[in-house]
Amino acid sequence: MSSNGISAHPFIPNTPSEREQMLATIGVENFDALITDIPEDHRNPGLDLPASASELEVAARMQALAAINQDAGSRPSFLGAGAYRHFIPSTVGAVLQRGEFVTSYTPYQPEGAQGTLQTGFEFQSAVAQIFGMEVANAGMYDGPTAFAEAGLMAARVSRRNRILILDSADRRLFEVADAYSRYQQVTVESIGLDKVLDGDIPDDAACIAFQSPNFLGEIEDARAISDAAHAAGALSVMHTYPIALGMFKAPGQCDVDIATSEGQPLGVPLTFGGAYVGLFTAKQRFIRQLPGRIIGETADTNGRTGYTLTLQTREQHIRRERATSNICTSTQLIGLMVAVYCATMGPSGLRKVAELSYHKAHYLADQINGLDGWDANPNGRVFFNEFVATGPVGPSEINRQLAERGIIGGLDIADVVPGGMLFCVTEMNSRHDIDRLVNALAEIGKGGAA
Amino acid sequence: MNAPSVSPNSSIADMQDRRLLMDRSVPGHHAVALPEPDVPVSDLPDADLLRDVGDLQLPEVDQLEVIRYFTLLSRLNFSIDTNFYPLGSCTMKYNPKLNDQMASLGGFANIHPLQDDVAVQGALEVMHELQKWLGEATGLPAVSLAPLAGAQGEYAGLLIARAALEARGESHRNVALIPDSAHGTNPASAAMAGLDVVVVKTDEFGNVDVEDLREKADDKTCVFMLTIPSTLGLFEPNIIEINQIIHDAGGLVYADGANLNALLGLVKLGDVGVDICHSNLHKTFSTPHGGGGPGAGPVMVTRRLASFLPDPVVVQARSSDAGPRGYRYRLYRPIESIGKINGFHGSFSILVRAYTYMQSLGGDGLRSVSENAVINANYIQAQLRDRFDLAVDRICMHETVLSGKRQADRGVPALNIAKRLLDYGIHAPTMYFPLIVPEALMVEPTETESKETLDRFISVMQAIDDEISSEPETVLNAPHSLPVSRLDEATAARRPVLRWQPDGD
Amino acid sequence: MYPDDLKYSDEHEWARRNDGDVVEVGVTHYAQDTLGDVVFVELPEVGSKVDQFDKFGEIESVKAVSDLFSPVSGTVTAVNSDLEQSPELVNSDPYGDGWIMEVKLDDPAELDALMDSEAYQEILE
Repeated sequence: MSSNGISAHPFIPNTPSEREQMLATIGVENFDALITDIPEDHRNPGLDLPASASELEVAARMQALAAINQDAGSRPSFLGAGAYRHFIPSTVGAVLQRGEFVTSYTPYQPEGAQGTLQTGFEFQSAVAQIFGMEVANAGMYDGPTAFAEAGLMAARVSRRNRILILDSADRRLFEVADAYSRYQQVTVESIGLDKVLDGDIPDDAACIAFQSPNFLGEIEDARAISDAAHAAGALSVMHTYPIALGMFKAPGQCDVDIATSEGQPLGVPLTFGGAYVGLFTAKQRFIRQLPGRIIGETADTNGRTGYTLTLQTREQHIRRERATSNICTSTQLIGLMVAVYCATMGPSGLRKVAELSYHKAHYLADQINGLDGWDANPNGRVFFNEFVATGPVGPSEINRQLAERGIIGGLDIADVVPGGMLFCVTEMNSRHDIDRLVNALAEIGKGGAA
Repeated sequence: MNAPSVSPNSSIADMQDRRLLMDRSVPGHHAVALPEPDVPVSDLPDADLLRDVGDLQLPEVDQLEVIRYFTLLSRLNFSIDTNFYPLGSCTMKYNPKLNDQMASLGGFANIHPLQDDVAVQGALEVMHELQKWLGEATGLPAVSLAPLAGAQGEYAGLLIARAALEARGESHRNVALIPDSAHGTNPASAAMAGLDVVVVKTDEFGNVDVEDLREKADDKTCVFMLTIPSTLGLFEPNIIEINQIIHDAGGLVYADGANLNALLGLVKLGDVGVDICHSNLHKTFSTPHGGGGPGAGPVMVTRRLASFLPDPVVVQARSSDAGPRGYRYRLYRPIESIGKINGFHGSFSILVRAYTYMQSLGGDGLRSVSENAVINANYIQAQLRDRFDLAVDRICMHETVLSGKRQADRGVPALNIAKRLLDYGIHAPTMYFPLIVPEALMVEPTETESKETLDRFISVMQAIDDEISSEPETVLNAPHSLPVSRLDEATAARRPVLRWQPDGD
Repeated sequence: MYPDDLKYSDEHEWARRNDGDVVEVGVTHYAQDTLGDVVFVELPEVGSKVDQFDKFGEIESVKAVSDLFSPVSGTVTAVNSDLEQSPELVNSDPYGDGWIMEVKLDDPAELDALMDSEAYQEILE
């Protein structure tokens, strides 16, 4: 054989003699006879890559790479801004060990995928409940893509083509919405809260989209924004933080039409920004305009309850270029983590996590306000677990000095708020960690060196 | 709460208590304890901003109930870990356990996406290395790992094509040429990118109809979206000529390389004239399908197109304060970037798995992957061709497309063959795709299956073919041994029930 | 299966002229049979204009979606809102309870461009 491959590998069972037998059954002399469709000049180019390695060797290399990272599991972190370090109960990891979930495919054969389908139905039930919305889909890629798809859906529903996003939203949301709508004959524009509340909304606005808690952690008046959007014949689209909904009013209680969120805070580790899951909810009457997968309950021929993908004609594999989206996944496995998280936390657990985050964040804000030259939450607005602070020293210098003390500081947002940092606190930050941060900020503020 | 059934079980299916969590909920049960605040409690904001306690209807169950419930549900699934899963175009290969273990290392699982580059050098090195490996495997050296799935990689690829043509003053090019055998995401992504879809025919040998393409490629052509190998499991023998036609017309060639499992070390897409491609790491590079995601769909392009890649790519930068190595990795936004297409940097936990896998195989092993994938598919094709029609009668690559026409003529359409396979503990092949093949059954065994498993599959397919003659009703009503029989999909779509509802609602 | 009192289009819609210039419109037995279980019909708005042989809505089965083309031009005067809850009426009674819309004709002569039952059955063969 002309192969320069290897003859044995733990993941490739065929032995050389089996290969010979199989090639004989196929009726060819050698492997090369199977790839004659590949232009001869470009056949067998070889791969300039290292040779195969044993499990022991690969694990050692990966562990060494992991060890270089300064992870937020082994030091205090006050970084949020779209990705949050929350408590993950042990049940999540345990269920995630089930290979039956991990190594199954999209449930196109529902009889052989009831596990995936029923957990997806649990996910939809829990997400709809947390959002107070009538329906949820089975999951999107991540929060920002869910938000971008919500804007496009609002344009389809309203048959209007201007997506207006409140200027207090995270810039990432604008960027992704722009990338998704670039060639869709819709525009993505920014609008101020005053204009919205004054009813100064253009009559071709598809939606008023906003984030609450907003990028700076402040709670927006979702009801007033929705009312203003509706008065202008537009939809209201809210991007939220699911943990905040453990204590704050849910989008469904504020007449929001489409609500989205990053699902990561609900039981998913930070993992450097992915893989996450986008949460997507809407009013029932819009279900045929929803993007993504949807799981529905039905019965089998014997009358037993079962679950299946439904409303599939919206999707790319049927409607092709006229699909509501090109998405071809529901990020199901991350959705499973969310489902197990919600089942484990229950209503009291979610409320408690929200309140712990709220109280600890307010404690930190109060402590920072007690420091000379520092100002936390300068606008005095209601916030959940993130707030802006400015200090006597610039954010990048503060973060550098915090890093020297083994603390991951807040996000440098000097480009949004002059001299500003965005601090995030969750139930994972102990009072001891918070006090360490406050003491360090006091020292740094006084010009104290590390 | 709904009462569980107390009658004795008459079958496995009846033994399973499949009530939803809300129907198991008992007020006061809880599955986790949380600490009390260790800080002074602050005032809560105005009550009108707050949610009433009791408004949030989530299940109240104990911890054992959580574990028992989800474990039960897991057992209702077919999966690679439990069944042969020859689902065409999906590459259901073994997902090595080391991958998952590495992705869960604290140094990868607990890093925040907005940490300073300096603090996450190990993660950036993983990404940089993976970019290099993918660039080498495809011959398209400029890589962004940002896309979160194949369809997003595809969309990114099309945005790159549009941006590159706009940069040379050709924004009027708004046509995507797509073969009629293409996957549904191709036209859906093209529509999202504002491109008009023009369908190119497939000839009788399963190849792109070159004359049809020549006629349709013109000064409106933005991209040709070529799936390679095609959804018929075939390598396009005229690929050089095809790509030349597109380039001569001033367009770009986008390869849907979602599935590279047949190409590793056998051919590089960049060598045969492809400008842009994406790859689904959950196919070729063994990351889990997870019941439908998360995926990762890195996009690879020629050097000439590198500046248009989505944000971010990882670059290696010389740095005076970077320690003994003298360089540092950092996240970089290419100068003419199409921008951010998702929140952060890509499906990092999936990227770790793919890089772990690629190291386990190495260059030599990756080539063996493709060789054995091709051998296994052709072996099945050779053994089943006397019973089943072939979509195209020629050597295939990593998958073979059978047609159940002969069986349909005997009154049993392909759908039922697929369902009957489930009774034998084998997952169904992909059915009715590609759309141009009647009664299609698309079989992709992958290289991780042994000859013994393939032989059993072949025997089962022969047995079902016999059943179609001897007892067609058995096949028509399959499956018989699963947790549920055929589901009423029409009612599900007519009167959708999409979440738990209290009884009587 | 193809009543004589109807006119048919080659896109498999039928039109029934009741009294005056108003026609009922639906899909044919062939269309519903080909589609399989109908799960949703996207109805036009009452008062909207439709043009002969142009799209006025969509009809969906579990795994297919097809455009609906109006056999006549005119103004929609009524739609069958029963289909919102029971789209299966299109399958069970395509010429009766499964009707889709009523249109006030712009030009009754357009009906001449449609086929009678016999001609329609010929194109199905």
